[in-house]
Amino acid sequence: MDAILFLLFAGVAVLCGINLVLQTHPISSALSLVGVMGALALIYLQLGGEFIAMAQLIVYAGAVMVLFVFVIMLLNEGKERKVHRKLWVRWAGAPLLFAFVAMMSAIVVRILPPSEGVTFGKMTQGTAQAVGTKLFTIYLLPFEVTSVLILIAIIGAIVLASKEVD
Amino acid sequence: MPPLPQLSLSGVVPFNWYLILSVILFALGVAGFLFRRNIITVFMSIELMLNAVNLTFISFSYKMNQNDGHIFSFFVMVVAAAEAAVGLAIILTVFKNRQTLEIDEVSSLKN
Repeated sequence: MDAILFLLFAGVAVLCGINLVLQTHPISSALSLVGVMGALALIYLQLGGEFIAMAQLIVYAGAVMVLFVFVIMLLNEGKERKVHRKLWVRWAGAPLLFAFVAMMSAIVVRILPPSEGVTFGKMTQGTAQAVGTKLFTIYLLPFEVTSVLILIAIIGAIVLASKEVD
Repeated sequence: MPPLPQLSLSGVVPFNWYLILSVILFALGVAGFLFRRNIITVFMSIELMLNAVNLTFISFSYKMNQNDGHIFSFFVMVVAAAEAAVGLAIILTVFKNRQTLEIDEVSSLKN
């Protein structure tokens, strides 16, 4: 059952990822990215990350993607223009990419031989309580620094977006 | 050469399948980053790569049975949100100044 669910979610994630790369209209890419993020949230849940799965759904698939869709709608650019690429670029891209995936997968399989499988429910440290306790004790300083970073980012975004055209 | 992961639909998932999924998603992000010519799509490909890295963090967190990986990926999410806000503001400014989102036409720094 675990394997079927994993293959289902992984298949959705990979298909949506391929769709993201192949679509020429940005709004289709954005919706594919939402699909990838939703499937990944379910995979996180399978790995025992309850809190992070919900954060993924709310922050990534919710807030960040809404921001993307806002900007796409606002700019209303439409389809991407066809560009003329060099011949070797067109034919060497996909094989190089496959070579990259095959190489990394070979490294992963070599370093981590399939010793034991992933069973749902074995990881118990992923609850909001466990993550929150660690976040507010050991990782308190990075957490506070992150809040300052967010503040700076907000101010920067407002300054950039409200600048007049010169 | 160690044995390849066996496909067993009824049993449990081998741990390294998660890492291979992460590799595939990262490669797709790289492909989108290199092939697409729209700034927004390029930006979304970066988000895809960040998601792939998050999956690796959470997989290893499972492997180690510790939740530090969850916290790291939480920070990655926060930084990605901040990056999205600033990046989209930059894209808005670029569009206001140049009326285009083609990445090849924004090349003032090239010469």
